[in-house]
Amino acid sequence: MKSKKLSIPYIAWMVIFTMIPIVMIGITAFKDKSGNFSLEAFSKAFGYTGVFMKSLWIALISTVICLVLAYPLAYLLTKMKSSTQRVVQMLIMVPMWMNFLLRIYAWKILLQKNGPLDMALSLLGIHGTYINNTGAVVVGMVYEYLPFMVLPIFTVMSKIDGQLIEAAQDLGSNNITVLRKVIFPLSIPGVISGITMVFVPTASTFLVAEQLGGKDDTMIGDVIDRIFLTDQSTGSAISLVLMVFILVFLILMNLFGDEEAIA
Amino acid sequence: MKRNKIGVASKIYIGLIFLFMYIPIGVLIFMSFNSGKTSTVWKGFSLKWYGELFKSSELMNALGNTLIIALLASVFATILGTAAAIGIHNFKGKSRAVIQNVSNLPIISPDIVMGVSLMLLFSFFGVIFHFEMGFWTVLISHVCFCVPFVVLNVTPRLRRMDQSIYDAALDLGCNQWQAFYKVVLHELMPGIFSGLLMSFTYSMDDVVITHFTQGATFNNLSTKIFEKLKRQVPPTINALSALLFLAIIIVLILINVLDRRAEKREAKRGE
Repeated sequence: MKSKKLSIPYIAWMVIFTMIPIVMIGITAFKDKSGNFSLEAFSKAFGYTGVFMKSLWIALISTVICLVLAYPLAYLLTKMKSSTQRVVQMLIMVPMWMNFLLRIYAWKILLQKNGPLDMALSLLGIHGTYINNTGAVVVGMVYEYLPFMVLPIFTVMSKIDGQLIEAAQDLGSNNITVLRKVIFPLSIPGVISGITMVFVPTASTFLVAEQLGGKDDTMIGDVIDRIFLTDQSTGSAISLVLMVFILVFLILMNLFGDEEAIA
Repeated sequence: MKRNKIGVASKIYIGLIFLFMYIPIGVLIFMSFNSGKTSTVWKGFSLKWYGELFKSSELMNALGNTLIIALLASVFATILGTAAAIGIHNFKGKSRAVIQNVSNLPIISPDIVMGVSLMLLFSFFGVIFHFEMGFWTVLISHVCFCVPFVVLNVTPRLRRMDQSIYDAALDLGCNQWQAFYKVVLHELMPGIFSGLLMSFTYSMDDVVITHFTQGATFNNLSTKIFEKLKRQVPPTINALSALLFLAIIIVLILINVLDRRAEKREAKRGE
């Protein structure tokens, strides 16, 4: 029980399957086709700045929408009886257990031309295209990752001491003031982890944009996937940039979170 | 928190969110009963795609592979991760922080970066040791992203555990192995179990990492659907989704019922 030895297999595992692969990405990114040191891959990667920005933009919008939808839901969850709470929580999680691709495919059916949504709106006299645009990508992303926003916020909110709220009410706060001055500040850690859990995968995922988006809705994940087959160096360079960006984002979120917790 | 009554507006809000979450799944399942070949035109009710599904050795094989990988990866990750959590717990200060941060890397880093990096590793060693990517590389990759979740679930339990219970077991005549088995594992069980469950679901759901490490011939459900999404998705996939959904609901109800029973038993014991 006191022994550190039990962790040796995992430490070895991490070195082989986590550290070395990341180092290999680094090495591949700085190599040209003949194996010499080169920055060529990075200059090629630079050509994808537009795609990169678009990915971050889509991720940002999706994260904000998830937050706006999830926060009230999490708040309402805390007000339910614990038996209802459990059922609602499970209902939020069920779609997560369907395969990632099936969820995308479901939206593809729903939004397609002459699909259910198109038909229903046509009956009301509204005609339009609902797929192959940035909006469809955002909807797909929100659908994929909404539970990852709801659950952390709910977890943190449900641990808030009820006495704090009662104290605020005794001191004359109405419900809105309680929400603004007590519940919201205390739920920040949940919001932070929700944002991280949604932003990181939306910024880097592939296939969602390819399936639901239009021609100019390519995301960085799709680029890495496509380019890796032919040009591992450029693929590695883009992956490296993405990884560094995500790490910086996480560090910033952590700093922000800690400061809020102190203040 | 204080529980108030939920107003009508709030109920409507929750209802709308659930509509958003379940309409796509509903449409997906509904279309599995369509006798036509496309998902746009309704040509009458039929169960034929369910029959086709069970006849399709391609999809059945893929489903089998998904289940085998998820089972093996989650069990192996649970063993490795539980042992690791106990070991890491005994490190102090800086070295513990370093190990824990490295352990979290697969969770933090984007799936696609992890998939690409593992692909580089496997193709590099594949050339040296003459192996092709396939079942084993997928299994190893799944273990990679599952272990951190086990460590994260077991560690809080370890922190909360009272070290003196273990010492007491030793004093009462258990040998180290018995004390570990009867006391430590028992205390850690809820964490171990949720780690196992998370590993299993993440493994079932993964697309990206499998896509990069599957090699030329190995396929699981995700990569099969991936392949079909690039062209035309056959309605057998809809039938499969419906069955999957049914299975999920059954498992959840079972878990819920078992949970409630356990709670009642606890409550009785407490009286």
